Amino acid sequence: MSSELKNSVYAAVPDVDGRFGDYGGKFVAETLMAALAELEAVYRQLSADPAFQRELDEDLAHYVGRPSPLYEAKRWSRSIGGARIFLKREDLNHTGAHKVNNTVGQALLAKHMGKPRVIAETGAGQHGVATATIAARLGLKCQVFMGEEDVRRQALNVYRMKLLGADVLPVTSGSRTLKDAMNEAMRDWVTNIDDTFYIIGTVAGPHPYPMLVRDFQCVIGREARRQAQAQTGKLPDALVACVGGGSNAIGLFHPFLADEGVAMYGVEAGGHGIASNQHAAPLTAGTPGVLHGNRTYLMQDEDGQIMHTHSISAGLDYPGVGPEHAWLKDLGRVHYVVANDEEALRAFHTLTRVEGIMPALESSHALAYAEKLAAQMTPEQVVVVNLSGRGDKDIHTVAQIDGIQF
Amino acid sequence: MSRLAGRFQQLAQRGRKALIPYVVAGDPGLDVTVPLMHRMVDCGADIIELGVPFSDPMSEGPVLQLGHERALANGTTLRRVLELVREFRQRDADTPVLLMGYANPVVHMGYAAFADAASAAGVDALLTVDIPPEEVAPVNAELQRVGMDNIFLVAPTTPDARIRRITATASGFIYYVSLKGVTGAGHLDVADVAHHLGQIRAHSQLPVAVGFGIRDAASAAAVAAVADGVVVGSALVNAMAKAIEAGGDHEAAMAAAIALVAAIRQGIDGAAS
Repeated sequence: MSSELKNSVYAAVPDVDGRFGDYGGKFVAETLMAALAELEAVYRQLSADPAFQRELDEDLAHYVGRPSPLYEAKRWSRSIGGARIFLKREDLNHTGAHKVNNTVGQALLAKHMGKPRVIAETGAGQHGVATATIAARLGLKCQVFMGEEDVRRQALNVYRMKLLGADVLPVTSGSRTLKDAMNEAMRDWVTNIDDTFYIIGTVAGPHPYPMLVRDFQCVIGREARRQAQAQTGKLPDALVACVGGGSNAIGLFHPFLADEGVAMYGVEAGGHGIASNQHAAPLTAGTPGVLHGNRTYLMQDEDGQIMHTHSISAGLDYPGVGPEHAWLKDLGRVHYVVANDEEALRAFHTLTRVEGIMPALESSHALAYAEKLAAQMTPEQVVVVNLSGRGDKDIHTVAQIDGIQF
Repeated sequence: MSRLAGRFQQLAQRGRKALIPYVVAGDPGLDVTVPLMHRMVDCGADIIELGVPFSDPMSEGPVLQLGHERALANGTTLRRVLELVREFRQRDADTPVLLMGYANPVVHMGYAAFADAASAAGVDALLTVDIPPEEVAPVNAELQRVGMDNIFLVAPTTPDARIRRITATASGFIYYVSLKGVTGAGHLDVADVAHHLGQIRAHSQLPVAVGFGIRDAASAAAVAAVADGVVVGSALVNAMAKAIEAGGDHEAAMAAAIALVAAIRQGIDGAAS
């Protein structure tokens, strides 16, 4: 952690109650409260323990394959004609996305707590795969909850999880997407609380999850800060990351928060456009409320019911967002913007053809906005985009849009 | 004294255990809720617990999830639930009504606006599953301002120090969640319940009602033998859903629920005598 960050307001959140300003907290049923307190105590103890940190660093280096490169997309940058664009290559991690940074960390907590079973919710399936992977390695039982709609559009990842020995349960309640998978995971946790560790995949949920997932994902920004300085001789002028729950974005942003010259853009899923109401952009078009254990911005109707969301990318298809993002929005420290389905799809094709890198549709939202941003900047300026995942899992979705049947 | 505290006092004087049926407002239809509430009182309900439907009912098992979904599909909003209670109060000024639901609809309406509207409608108490003591202060202040009780949950996983903290803030009664799990789960252990009620009573004089996993006269009787009140929810909602599934109308659904309430009343009274 930089000394500026250590002394800043950004290092002081969450507070002891798990709050980021007005956001966050622990809005869960009483049955879970003792387990959350235990998790927090164990996490605070282990995160201060050099032996645990060594174990985690070993896993990140030799199992995940970190550090991930900071790659300068020269051809793409030239074609845009603005800033130099660098891609933080989280797509090159083991299992193909940033999700594994967090599952490796939480699985170590589960191991230290002696829990033989882990559960996870998943949208695009990347977090489910990352959880199933680490469960296989540690010999833990693994159950993944996934909305029925997502099971359909991410069939490849479902099969990967099964190969890894996980049990994938299609969730048929509500909108049958990520939020419903999270409801079902909570129901499982409350039922099997004695032997089960819930590996939440994003910086949402009740305290201490938004804090500990952030901490595990901050390796992205710490590396990027060091790499940018080494490769460009300075800090970047702007950072861009997509925001669903917001874990890859907070991982990139957090280590830079106290660096005033670094502008930050969190890109939400604009779906068919904000005006259509079919999107997943609570920070852009939502209002504060309480869901899944924390107070944050939500997509909700006038009765406080959670609305159905839409995004081409299953991983961004979520009506809430991590509470730290809600706080950063109100502070004005991070700009939250949108890219719609069509723009993301175009960016998917562009990066694939121009750089030979096939991005996940989630990350494609960040790329789409970065393209607009870079075009307005100069060649001396540097933009870092978090390429949070690879696009293999989305080939079916893209092919279908192109009218191709396998 | 609140209507809720008064009711428990009367019951204690008569040596009777509270029967607290739970139904989701607006399920199976908005036309059902008020007549059903009256008929449940007629056949032995002491307190009515009305579920406020929510799009993401995280603590509910499959039966109540479907109940919430049906109620929302019928257009049940928090404001509509308050209108239903107001209508119920026109003919029943005595039976306490407790709303049970999730934080967000109440948060969205605003705690102050909710407290005003709910007390004006004749609601006696609120139980929000996902507002634990750590988060309760702002809503509690508003409920106290209008004289409403805030009902807290105690779970099998609640440590002793927390029980002390919860009982110190609670009013009306304590709601003990009988098992680790969601509503309607099937692994109720009465000896374990009795043990935890002992812990709660060591800290509080408040009555203790037990819910989650009570499905029929026998399980209600077993729990009533050790508790001050029994909450029955999933079994009632399921009985109505089954009646409709079998081709019955709303009247048939109500009849199924009423029959179960009456049977459970008998079971409880049998255990008490």
